[in-house]
Amino acid sequence: MPDVHSQNAVIRELERQIAELEKSAETDASREELDRLRAQLEAVQKPSSGGPKDAWDRVLLARHPQRPYTLDYIHFLFTDFTELHGDRRFGDDPSIVCGLARFEGRPVMVIGQQKGRDTKQKLFRNFGMPKPEGYRKALRVMQLAAKFRVPIITMIDTPGAYPGIGAEERGQAEAIAYNLKEIPKLPVPILVIIHGEGGSGGALAIAIGDRVLMSENAVYSVISPESCSSILWRDWDHKQDAARGLKLTAQDLLGLGIVDALVPEPPGGAHDDPAYAAELLRPHIATSLKELSTLSEGDLIRRRHEKLRSLATYVVER
Amino acid sequence: MTWFKKEKKALETPQEKRVQTEGLWSKCEGCKVILWKKDLDANFQCCPKCGFHFKIGSRARLEMLFDEGEYTEHDARLFSTDPLGFKDTKPYSERLKKAEKQTGLSDALLTGEGRVGGKPLIVCAMEFSFIGGSMGAAVGEKITRAIDRCIAQKLPLVIVSCSGGARMMEGAISLMQMAKISAGLARLDEIRKPFISVLADPTTGGVTASYAMLGDLNIAEPGALIGFAGPRVIEQTIRQKLPEGFQRSEFLLAHGMIDAIVPRKELKGFIARSMNLLGAWENH
Ligand SMILES: [Zn+2]
Repeated sequence: MPDVHSQNAVIRELERQIAELEKSAETDASREELDRLRAQLEAVQKPSSGGPKDAWDRVLLARHPQRPYTLDYIHFLFTDFTELHGDRRFGDDPSIVCGLARFEGRPVMVIGQQKGRDTKQKLFRNFGMPKPEGYRKALRVMQLAAKFRVPIITMIDTPGAYPGIGAEERGQAEAIAYNLKEIPKLPVPILVIIHGEGGSGGALAIAIGDRVLMSENAVYSVISPESCSSILWRDWDHKQDAARGLKLTAQDLLGLGIVDALVPEPPGGAHDDPAYAAELLRPHIATSLKELSTLSEGDLIRRRHEKLRSLATYVVER
Repeated sequence: MTWFKKEKKALETPQEKRVQTEGLWSKCEGCKVILWKKDLDANFQCCPKCGFHFKIGSRARLEMLFDEGEYTEHDARLFSTDPLGFKDTKPYSERLKKAEKQTGLSDALLTGEGRVGGKPLIVCAMEFSFIGGSMGAAVGEKITRAIDRCIAQKLPLVIVSCSGGARMMEGAISLMQMAKISAGLARLDEIRKPFISVLADPTTGGVTASYAMLGDLNIAEPGALIGFAGPRVIEQTIRQKLPEGFQRSEFLLAHGMIDAIVPRKELKGFIARSMNLLGAWENH
């Protein structure tokens, strides 16, 4: 399988990155990245178990450095993958990969955030944090798929949209917002698979669809537990409380009506056996595509709007 | 001017304390000049010396925009259910109760139906003093209901944003409001009634990354902080100081993100004129 290193190599790489960061000047951001790396190291060293997992365990698993990434799933599940690049406006964002492919023989458009494994790839993929051109590329190929009536599958795995000067200058907020308004109009089935980290608006921008699947150990949240801890508790030590409080696990979100189905993972998590993790996902994709393809275009869009209209309505009149 | 009287109430909130600490006097955050509050009141809460726009409450905003300051409020008693039962250093339900008591609002948004230049429309204004104007289930539902009303009654819509973004204490429920509202705006597109988004200081996060950037016209008050990520987060990520004026209205105008910068005292006139130019009331 591509791209997944051995346990020891991963541990050495993480230790090297931690040492490197410890030498650099301390800011809240480097502290956060350091926290992330340490948590990843903790996750790698922890023996896998099928036992009960709390919200923070899931956060660690979702960020596990050996967890299959979007291109790994594409490798296992699709054939004829033909990557398409660029937003036709500014550039190509490698933190989102898009392409035509076949799922069990049938053409689909696959789109997802992509993280890197080693330092070089992490930088190339910008840690899976897209810029406006990434979101615009995603919408461009979705509209392409819609034109040729090809179903869309999006694969979510991002810490969030990139917070940087260029991203702001080129309208990060507008790019996300525009996707949220335009995706519901597309006359083809859209299947969303949250398989890793669902980092806030940066995830949501390509996570609007007719059916939302979520991997057992994936997380999806409006803010990272670390940032939530630092803002609400004013320190970095309540990330586990924040993780619990934010209700970011697949089980929680299923209960809240935000995701439609849970996808099981191998007992220790998807990183234990990525090929098997993909096989567990396969029937969910097949069933969802089959069900959605029976709907007429009008019904599809009407149902999607009804679903979005009633989404997360937790209000009371008094 | 009715808004002038009510403004006093809107100022009695934590974020606005600075404005009234000196009683009759206020220090301008822009030019640091000490201003007589009556001069501020008479100038739409803008500094007569440098034009700095002080934050204003949602009631003041609606009274300023509608003819005679009159409007019918919608969904006034719509509350969040605290869907996660969230608790940090104190329960979120207590924060909600406190904010309700301080602002007299059910959540961080006020919806009014009234007239501008004699013509009907719906205006939603965000309330920054209600938990930083953050968006959760109640704000999301109130805006979506306002959109539904606009569609049912063929009315144009204005949303005045002033918000730190999605509300953490409602987790992914807050996030989903972005999807719900944006899909609502896609439905509004079909009836071809204009939606004008007004961005006031500050508008960031999930609010900017959904409806605030989705206006048929996006207009900003001068000097407003507008962005996806907050400046502090960006500084920490890139580890350098941000340039002067970064993410301010003038910066967004220069980068093509907004249609116009409109000073507060011209806002109502701008809305009426552009709604008319877009044919907002042609079938009324
Ligand atoms: Zn001044």
